[in-house]
Amino acid sequence: MSIPLPLFVAIPLAAAFLLPMFGKKGKSAATVLANMVTLSLLVLAIVTIRQYGAYEVGKWSIPLGIILVRDGLSSLLLLAIGVVSSAAMLFSTRYMEQYTAKAKYLSLFLLMVAGMNGVVLSGDIFNLYVFLEIASIASYALVGFGCEHEELEASFKYMVLGSIASTFILFGIALVYGNTGALNMAYISKAIQDSGVNAGLAFALALFVTGFGLKAALVPFHAWLPDAHPSAPAPISAMLSGILIKTLGVYALARMVFNVFGVSVEIGWLLMVLGLSSMVVGAFLALGQWDFKRLLAYSSISQIGYVILGIGLGATLISQQASLAWASLAILGGLFHLVNHAVYKSLLFLTSGSVEMSTGTRQLREMGGLAERMPITRTTCAVASASIAGVPPFSGFWSKLILVVAAVQARLFWVAAIIVFVSLCTLIMYLKIHRYVFLGEVPRSLEHIKENKGSMLVAMVFLACLCVLMGLLVLVPGLRENVLDPAVQVLTDGVKYSADVMGMTIGT
Amino acid sequence: MRGMTVIVKTVSSWVKVLIFLYGVYIVVFGHLTPGGGFAGGVVLASSYVLLMLAFGREFVEQDLPLALDSKLDCIGAFAFAMIAILGLVFAGSFFANFLYQKYLPGEPLRLISAGTIPLSNIAIGLKVGASLFLVFFSLSICRRGKGVTFDSPAGQEQE
Repeated sequence: MSIPLPLFVAIPLAAAFLLPMFGKKGKSAATVLANMVTLSLLVLAIVTIRQYGAYEVGKWSIPLGIILVRDGLSSLLLLAIGVVSSAAMLFSTRYMEQYTAKAKYLSLFLLMVAGMNGVVLSGDIFNLYVFLEIASIASYALVGFGCEHEELEASFKYMVLGSIASTFILFGIALVYGNTGALNMAYISKAIQDSGVNAGLAFALALFVTGFGLKAALVPFHAWLPDAHPSAPAPISAMLSGILIKTLGVYALARMVFNVFGVSVEIGWLLMVLGLSSMVVGAFLALGQWDFKRLLAYSSISQIGYVILGIGLGATLISQQASLAWASLAILGGLFHLVNHAVYKSLLFLTSGSVEMSTGTRQLREMGGLAERMPITRTTCAVASASIAGVPPFSGFWSKLILVVAAVQARLFWVAAIIVFVSLCTLIMYLKIHRYVFLGEVPRSLEHIKENKGSMLVAMVFLACLCVLMGLLVLVPGLRENVLDPAVQVLTDGVKYSADVMGMTIGT
Repeated sequence: MRGMTVIVKTVSSWVKVLIFLYGVYIVVFGHLTPGGGFAGGVVLASSYVLLMLAFGREFVEQDLPLALDSKLDCIGAFAFAMIAILGLVFAGSFFANFLYQKYLPGEPLRLISAGTIPLSNIAIGLKVGASLFLVFFSLSICRRGKGVTFDSPAGQEQE
C-alpha cells in the first residue's frame, strides 16, 4: 500500500485549522478528533516504515520544485514523533481539562506535530526552515499556555533564543544558496562534492551548528531549556523534551553535517566535545535541583549529549577511515538513545504532570510518600527512571552499552569512562526523585490525594511498556533491520545521499 | 464620544470601502497582476485598522466580532490545506493544480483562469487579512489604567 508522503504534514495541518471552529460546545468532539489524528499518524508511520522514496510536490520536478524525501532516518524520526505525540495527546485529554481554551491547545499541538513531520520529511533546506519555524512558533505559544507570570517569562526567553537560532539558520541557508545556487539538499550536497567547501560554506556550517545546537539545547546554548520545559503544561513538556529538541536540533544537525556537507575529523570532534560537555554539565546541574520538572529538564540536556556524542564519534571514525563497523555502531548507539530518550523522558514528564495535578506542587521537598497513594504513577516512573539510568533489562541500558563499546573500540577509554560516570550521576538524580516524591512520610497537606484516572494512566502505561520492550529493537535482528539499521545506513553513507535522492526522483 | 473627530470619521467611513474593495481586487487578480493573497490580505486588514483608529475598538468589535474573525482565520487556512489535498485526490499529487489541466488553462488578463491559483489566493487573503487584524486587535487590548489589565503580584515584577 502506497501512502503519499505529504499526508504526514497535511493531516495534522488541516485538522489544526479545523479544530478551533468547533467552539466550546464541540470540545469533546475536537479532543476525540485530535486523538484520532495523532494515532492515525502513528499507524501510518508504522505501516509504511520501509516505504522510502521522494515525492515531488505539485508535480514540479527538482530543482524547480520542492521535494519531500523519506529515508531510513526520516522513518525513524516519524515513528518517534508518532509514539510521543499519541501518548502526549492521550494524556492531555484529561490533563488539559484544568486549562481554558482547550481547542486552541489542540490546534497548536497539531501544528507542532505538522511542523516536526515536515522537518524530517523535507528534502529542501528552505522548506526545512519553514517547517522548523512552524514547530517552533507553536511551541513558543504552548510554553506560555498557562499565562502565569513565570510561564510567560519562560516563553519569552525561549522565543528570543529560539528566534536567534532561527536567524542563524536562515543566514546559513542564505550563504549556502549564494555559494551553491541550490536550495535542494541533494543538489547542495552535489555542488559541495564538486567544488569543495569554501570559506562561505564553512561559515554557513558554523552557523548551522550554532543554530541547530541552540534548538537542541547543547551545553553552551542550553540556557532557555531549564526555564521553558518545566513551565509548559506536562504533555507539552513531554513533547518538547521528548521529541522537539531532537527533531529540530539533532536530526537537522545530523542531516546537514553527514548528508549535505560531509563529515570531517574536526566536525566530528566538535560534536563529541559538545556532546560530552552537555552530558557532564547537564548532569551536574540536574543533581542540585529541587523542582521536579526542572530536574527532568536538566537531565534532558545531559541525555541529548549522549545522542550527539554517539553521532560525533561516528563522524570522527568515518572521516579517520577507521573501521566502518565501529562507526556505524557508534551512530546506532546515538540514534537508539535518541529513540529511547524520546520514550522515557516523555514518560517521566507525564508522571511529573500526574504528580503535579494531584498534589498541586512541583517542589520535591513538599512531597513524599506518594508510593501507596499513586501506585501506577509510581510504577511507571520507576520503570522510566531505571531505563534512563541504564539498569539492565530496560531500554536505556542497551543504548548506553552500545555507546561504551563503540568508545572502547575507538580507543577513547576516557570517553567510555565519562559515559559510565554520567550514567551514575543520572542514577543518583532519579533516586533523589524517588526518595523525595514516592518514599518517606506523607506531608499533612497531601493526605487526601488520589491517583489520576482514565486516559492519563493509559498514556503512561503505554509508554512504560515501550520502555521495557524497546531493548528488542536492537536485540531482535528483524526489528533492527527494519527500524534502526536503515537510519544508521543513511548517516554512514554520508554524501551518497545526493545520488540516492536523485535516483529516487527519477524512479517516481 | 469615542474615536477621532467627525471629519476623520466621515472620510474614513468612505475611504474604508474603497480600501476594502482594492484589497479584494488585489486578492482576486493575484494570478494576473502583481500582488496576490498576502498583499491583498494586508490591504483588507488595513481597512479595518483604519476603521478602528477612527472609531475606536468597541465600534469595530460590533462590526466584526472577534469570534467571527478568528473563525475566518481558521477557514482561510483550512481552505488552503483543502485545495492542496484536493490536488492529491484529483490529480494524484499534493498541491497539484487539478483544475488547470482540463478546465481552466492560464490565459493572460482572463480572471477565470489558471486553475486553483486564484482559489489559493482567496484562501490566503482571508487568512492573512483575518489574522493580521487579530494581531492588531490583540495589541490594542493592553491599555494604561483602564480596560483589561494583566494582574501580576507586585513583588514578582522586579524579578
